[in-house]
This record gives sequence, structure tokens and C-alpha cells, in this order.
Amino acid sequence: MNTSLKLQILHLLHENSTISHETIATMLNIDTETASRLIEQMEREKIILRYSTVINWDKVESQRVTAVIDVKVTPQREVGFDAIAERIYRFPEVTSVSLMSGAYDLQVVVEGYHLKEVARFVSEKLSTIEHVTGTTTHFKLKTYKFDGVIFDDREDDQRLVIAP
Amino acid sequence: MSLYDRLSPAVKNIPSSGIRRFFDLANQMEDVISLGVGEPDFVTPWHVREASVDALERGFTSYTSNKGLPELRAAIADYLQDFHLNYNSEEEIVVTVGGSEAIDIALRTLLTPGDEVLIPEPSYVSYRPCTILAGGTPVGVPTYAEDEFRLTPEHLRARITPQSKVLILCFPNNPTGAVMTEEDLRAIAEVAIEHDLFVISDEIYAELTYEGRHASIAAIPGMRERTVVISGMSKAFAMTGWRIGYAAAPADILNLMLKIHQYTILCAPVMGQMAALEALRNGSAEKQKMVDKYNQRRRMIVKGFRDMGLACHEPKGAFYAFPDIRSTGLTSEEFAERLLQHSRVAVVPGSVFGEGGEGFIRCSYATSVEQIQKALERIGDFVKTLSL
Ligand SMILES: Cc1ncc(COP(=O)(O)O)c(C=O)c1O
Repeated sequence: MNTSLKLQILHLLHENSTISHETIATMLNIDTETASRLIEQMEREKIILRYSTVINWDKVESQRVTAVIDVKVTPQREVGFDAIAERIYRFPEVTSVSLMSGAYDLQVVVEGYHLKEVARFVSEKLSTIEHVTGTTTHFKLKTYKFDGVIFDDREDDQRLVIAP
Repeated sequence: MSLYDRLSPAVKNIPSSGIRRFFDLANQMEDVISLGVGEPDFVTPWHVREASVDALERGFTSYTSNKGLPELRAAIADYLQDFHLNYNSEEEIVVTVGGSEAIDIALRTLLTPGDEVLIPEPSYVSYRPCTILAGGTPVGVPTYAEDEFRLTPEHLRARITPQSKVLILCFPNNPTGAVMTEEDLRAIAEVAIEHDLFVISDEIYAELTYEGRHASIAAIPGMRERTVVISGMSKAFAMTGWRIGYAAAPADILNLMLKIHQYTILCAPVMGQMAALEALRNGSAEKQKMVDKYNQRRRMIVKGFRDMGLACHEPKGAFYAFPDIRSTGLTSEEFAERLLQHSRVAVVPGSVFGEGGEGFIRCSYATSVEQIQKALERIGDFVKTLSL
């Protein structure tokens, strides 16, 4: 019972991290203490890692560049991909790292303020890491949808103000 | 007598909709949060829209059979089985232009001039005018907050006369959110059989039942033969603009309804029918997501009203809360009008839904959580100014 409740709480928080525990409790027909307890538990278990906001950066900082880099590596004995992944994700300019199936191994997302800055990171930092055998860099040109949110401004309510 | 004086008195005498006046008021104002909308805030799920685009691209642009696409009727028959309703898709189902058309053709088929139509109220606004246009006489049957706005056999019996012919049931109900359990319906069925009434059961909100499963009166023994079940895609599948509904009834009734449909409508639009087919075949997961969201908002809005000191029965279906504003000393029209003007929240005064609606306001929770929260804050502040 608690797992489905936890899931429902997670979905509500994912949609709006500013929602109060009280509102969550009302929406799910539980008491506020239970909601708070489950949320704290999920925070402790690091299921909930951060309460963040989806931002359309294109509207704020036109300078910002994001690169998605496909990285091929030779896995190491014992630790496999994890040790190399860690060496990469420790860099603060790296915003995400995932292990992928298919033509390459790690997908690395890097953010910076200039194309040059990102290019330098790839050539000087990423490519020189031991066991990294190749990189392909893609620069992101425009975000249409991120984390389930569509970024255009057309989603107005088309309905009449009052209808039977 | 001038030219226009000779226009149909029956039509001229239909009172203009009370909703219309509020619409005009609200429509002129900016920054209005509307809880006045009787349709889903969700856009039709993409897979449905996509299927309709595909159908257009493939050239589905012609008439269909009068009754509607056979595959769609088969899908409707399948779907109705979930509610223990068995209808033959060849002979007992017609696809209509919304549940609205189905209401009209059912009444026109069942009524002869002078017949009385029993309409539990508060209720959806089209039953009275459609009854009058079909030559019948509407007779309201009050339902009460104390009964959670369910129809009771006692109140029904009190309005039955020798002219009574049709009973219209609309559960889950617009505007009260009331639902009838199978047991509640059995008691009504008994009265209907005793007085040999036909029943038009508008079950368009069936899917939006939040405790247990929706029960249809047509599934109760002795009722199928005298019942027209009406439903449609508008509410549960967020497809109001597509204008697809349907009616299911025994062939003896349906064939007559079909005659009207055939000569006045020909057939429901094919693009909408293709979309409805996709929704019925592959739409249950998306539908369930929407139902879950409505349920969460429902709990929030009901608690919101109770917290601000307004009594609010628990609406167990549809997407409306119907709080009691009698404690404010205002009529529902005054309340709604002042709320709109002072706090920019649009609601619908209960009085427009007929007898028993006075003293209540209809608040739709088919809108986002954020909007509901803001609206509740504004209404709460407004109510505080009243009790000063
Ligand atoms: C109770 C009820 N029946 C029928 C309808 C008509 O729906 P449609 O014609 O879109 O199927 C509505 C719409 O608001 C309704 O609330």
C-alpha cells in the first residue's frame, strides 16, 4: 500500500515541488503526518534528491550552451564503467552522465557559457581521461520538451469561461 | 401580425439560459479564474488526435452509415459491457452528435404531446427545453443536499401523475456530483416499473465515479426494455469538441430514434467517429490518469470549501462540487455575481439548474490544481467579507 502511495506522492512532487504536505495529504486522502513521514523517509533514502524547477533557459541566457557527448570507453576489470563515470561526473560542468546501450557507452551532458569553453573541456579534460577511447560532441540547438514539459507558449486554455 | 411575430411560440417561450448571462458577464473581465466550465481541462490525448489526423490523411471524409461506423458501434457495445450492459451493436446502438443529440431524439421518440417528463433537479440544463420542443411537459422532481442529491422513490412518487411517461436520470450528476448506487437505483426501478415509465439514463459521467464502479439502471431486471442509455466521449475521454455521443436501447425504440437521426443529422462526423474508435480501443490508460487527477482535485476543493465554513456534501462523481452558500445570506445569483465582480472567480449559480439548486453554486474542478488553489483563496477571502 505504501509503495503505491509513495509513487503517487512522487508524481505530485515531480509535477510541482512547491506543493505543501497538507495539500498532498488532502489530494491523496491521507493525513498530513503520514504524508510528511513518507516524504522524509524518501528524502533519507535518497529517492527524493532535490526539489527543483523546470526552467526554459533559452528565454534567460542566450549565451548558455549545452553539449551532449557520446563517450566510448574501455571498461576496467572489477569496477566496469563506474570508476570512469565517476571521474567524469566529478567535473562541475558536467550536468548528467548515463551508461547507455548501443554504439557508445556513456552519455555526458556538459553545460558552459561559450562554445569554446565546452570544446576545451572535451579536448583537454574528457578525451585525456585514461580508458576514454573516443568522443562525439553534439551541441543542443533548441529544447522543445524537457522532463515531460512542452516549452512552447501555445498551451492556452481554449475553453469558454462558462459552459453548461 | 408582423413577420417575426409568427415565429414558433414554443421556441420563443423557452426561457433563455441563465448560464448565458453569466457567460457574458465573465467574458468581459480579465484575470478571471473559471470554475464555471462543464468540460475537461485536458486536451484530447495525443494518440486520439493523431489517429484522427491519420484518418483524414487516408481520406476518411465521407458519410458513414446512419448508425455510425460498424467498428465503432462494436467498440461501444464492448465498452458498455463493463457496466453490465449488453447491446447488440447492429441493432441497438446509434452514434450521435454528442450525448446532446441523443437526448433530443430519445425525447422526441418517447413523447406524445401532453406527456409529462420527470426531471430530478438540480440537473443539466438541456432536459427541460428538449422536453418542451418534443411536445412534452417538464416536471421537476427535487433532490436534496440531505440525500447527497440522490433521487429518492418518495420524492419521485410525489410528482407522478397519470400523464407521467418518461423519467430522466443523470447520475453521476451535473451539477451536484451525486451518484446513485445499485441499491438506490433498484428503488427507483421499482417505481418506474410500477408506473410503466420509460427512462432516459444520461450516463455521460459514468467513468467519473470515484468510489466503486458506476451502476446503470438499465442493468436492473425489468429496466432494459424501457430504458434508453445515453453516453458519449466528451467527458471521460476529454473529447467535447469532437461531438461524438451515442444511445443504446432496444431495437423497437432505437429504430424510431434512428428515423429522426437519419433525416435530421444523417450521420455523426466521420473524423470524430475515427477518433472515438481509437479512444475506446486504446485510451483506457490515459482515461484512468485523468480520472485519478480529477479525484485528487475533488478532495482538495471539497476540503477547501469546508475549511472556509461552507457546507459541501461529498460529490462522488462527475467533476463538480456543489457547495451550500445559504449561510452567507445571499441568493446563488447574488453570490456568483459578487464573487465574479469582487474576486474574479467564475462559478455557476445553482438556481440555473432548476428547483433545489437555489442556495448552491456549481464549481467545476476540471481545472489545474494551481488554479483551484488560487480560486479557493479568493473565494475564502470573499466569504470572509460577507460574514463581517
Ligand atoms: C449531463 C450531461 N449530459 C449531456 C451533455 C452533453 O454532452 P455532449 O453533447 O458533449 O456529449 C452534458 C454536457 O455538459 C452533460 O453535462
